[in-house]
Amino acid sequence: MDDQHQSHEVADDLSPTRRSFYIKFIYGIMTAIGAALAAPAAIYLLFPPRIPKEGQWVDAADLGNLPTGTPEEISYQRTRVDGWKVTSEKATAWIVKKPDNQVIAFAPQCTHLGCAYHWDDPSHTFICPCHTSSFSIDGKVLAGPAPRPLDRYEVKVDGSRLQIGPLEPHA
Amino acid sequence: MHNKIIEWLEHRTGIQSAIKNFLYEDIPASSGWHQVIGSMAVFFFIIQVFTGGLLAFNYAPTPGDAYNSVKYIMTELTGGSLIRGLHHWGASMMLIIVVLHMLQVFLYGAYKKPREATWMMGVVLLLVTLAFGLTGYLLPWDNRAYWGTVVTTQIAGQAPIAGQYLTRLLGGEGSVGNVTFSRFYALHTVLLPPLTMILIGIHIYLVRKHGVTPAVGDVAPRRKFFPEQVFKDTVGVSIGFLILFMMAVFARVPLGRLADPTDTNFIPRPEWYFLFLFQTLKFFKGPLEAVGSVVLPGVAVLTLFLIPFIDRAPLVRLGKRTFAFAFAALGLIAWTGLTTAAIVTTPKTVEADETAPGAENLQAWQQLTPEELQGLAYFRKQNCKACHPGAGQRGIGPDLTQMIPAHRNAAWMIPHFKSPAQVVPGSSMPPVQLDDAGLNALSALVLKLTPQNEAGLLSAPDYVVQGALIYQTSHCDACHQIMGAGKKVGPPLDGVGQHRDRAWLEKHFQDPKSTSPGSIMPPYKFTPPEMDAICKYLLQLVKAGG
Repeated sequence: MDDQHQSHEVADDLSPTRRSFYIKFIYGIMTAIGAALAAPAAIYLLFPPRIPKEGQWVDAADLGNLPTGTPEEISYQRTRVDGWKVTSEKATAWIVKKPDNQVIAFAPQCTHLGCAYHWDDPSHTFICPCHTSSFSIDGKVLAGPAPRPLDRYEVKVDGSRLQIGPLEPHA
Repeated sequence: MHNKIIEWLEHRTGIQSAIKNFLYEDIPASSGWHQVIGSMAVFFFIIQVFTGGLLAFNYAPTPGDAYNSVKYIMTELTGGSLIRGLHHWGASMMLIIVVLHMLQVFLYGAYKKPREATWMMGVVLLLVTLAFGLTGYLLPWDNRAYWGTVVTTQIAGQAPIAGQYLTRLLGGEGSVGNVTFSRFYALHTVLLPPLTMILIGIHIYLVRKHGVTPAVGDVAPRRKFFPEQVFKDTVGVSIGFLILFMMAVFARVPLGRLADPTDTNFIPRPEWYFLFLFQTLKFFKGPLEAVGSVVLPGVAVLTLFLIPFIDRAPLVRLGKRTFAFAFAALGLIAWTGLTTAAIVTTPKTVEADETAPGAENLQAWQQLTPEELQGLAYFRKQNCKACHPGAGQRGIGPDLTQMIPAHRNAAWMIPHFKSPAQVVPGSSMPPVQLDDAGLNALSALVLKLTPQNEAGLLSAPDYVVQGALIYQTSHCDACHQIMGAGKKVGPPLDGVGQHRDRAWLEKHFQDPKSTSPGSIMPPYKFTPPEMDAICKYLLQLVKAGG
């Protein structure tokens, strides 16, 4: 604050100490009120909602119907907490059943920018149509800008039923 | 560097001189504490815009969803109930401050020539503030909001000549629903805020044009607005803000049950500042009704508007304005008397606050019986939503919330489920493959849906739906009652979670006699997921009426 600079422009009979007290008070209070509004606003907008993110397991497919050695895209119904709503929605995953009956479930988005990739049988790779990232059958990046291997869902095999869980945390 | 930027800005925009020009306004030596209220009103308007914008970030402006999203703001978001508290109590405080500002101007006679237009603009701003309160009242879409608005739109309908057009404009023809909701929302968030900004701009321009009203005989040299008067304004603002913040922190803003047009127990009451009008209505019977609801308030507003022309006497000292004081006192006494009478004659309601601690579980879907929840399980499994996406949305099939208005009942529903095309020629709906009990359950659910409750009811968590499905398919209702449905051989299960826990329930299912000696209930062998679902479902049941 440049009090001297202002006071010569303003005809006022206020003593300099009084004047400077007023100005400090005004700025102080305005800053305090601004902070008292901005802090809760930031918390409100940036903190995640309190809804517990329970790992939901969904019965997704019958393993008997899936080919061995070739990725297969399956679709299944799952419920998701979306803000104030619980929605039931169609979801997809790419399933790779290995000869030893091990199962991998890939999340259907490219790890680059989230486009839907597909399996290209002739080249034996997953190919993303957006920026030509390609991935091997076990999800490793072969080419393109993708920063990490394909994301995987946790899987459980219950008899012949395949259950799909939450995303595995990436390594 | 700092100075250079300011200099550049000043040269290109003139912003610095504009601010100086604004702050270094000449004001009379007699101005002081009594004139801080106007600045406080502007401050509270800014608070409302700020908190309103924040609420809108997490608010779904359609009935049903509106309720769920307000609840989400209150219970799921950190700081959400504080932000809503600031907005809710800020609305009341803004109105109080606007009225106090008018009272001060009135008592000091500051509306007199040449400031008539300033006063009239102020009256318009008062009406706009009331319109904010009226339209905002509906937006949480709980019972209070819904019934308050039903009464409001009916009152608007009583206006002579304009009545039916007003009702149509507010979308209140027939019943309060989607249309009224959207109109109120549009008024509250799209139309009124910019209108208010423009009106405040004009109001302040007029104040500046005519200058702050000096006291009679004030010939002392004029002072500057900044910093002394701004300091006083800041003190006023900080006191107001402190009170508001305390209220937002310590006084819970209630959110009642989801709006229910069939609820005959709810006692509708307007917001506190409209209670005097509500009470006035009680004095007018039959055809005189419109006198109390429209004519009297209309005359009052007109009088307020025309005060500068009614009282044209020259300005006198505050102490000599006996008539003005008497008039204001009379108004205050009448207002207090009517408001008190309205409060005293309001029966104590038992309306629960759905977001109060301990009430988090009170959800719309808790109004569903086990059978209806079983219906919801089939509703999801059959993916009915794919073709019936919900009220107001276009789908292949009809809006399921319109089944009751269309006079559909179970006797129509069940044959329709079995072979849709035979009941509705040309229907492309596939037959529903369920046994009779399943069809009954699905029909019970569909017939329960209304545009107001649909979103809330269909959002029941999966564990509840699965639990109720197990409850129904295990025929628990052959011996137990939930919400009055079922037989009374065993104890009713509403509120069972209040005296039993998960471990007890599991043990009880496996071997009823071990927990309840003499019980005739057979043991139930559930798989772990089934046990999980039915226990969770039973534990969230609430006692009827609680």
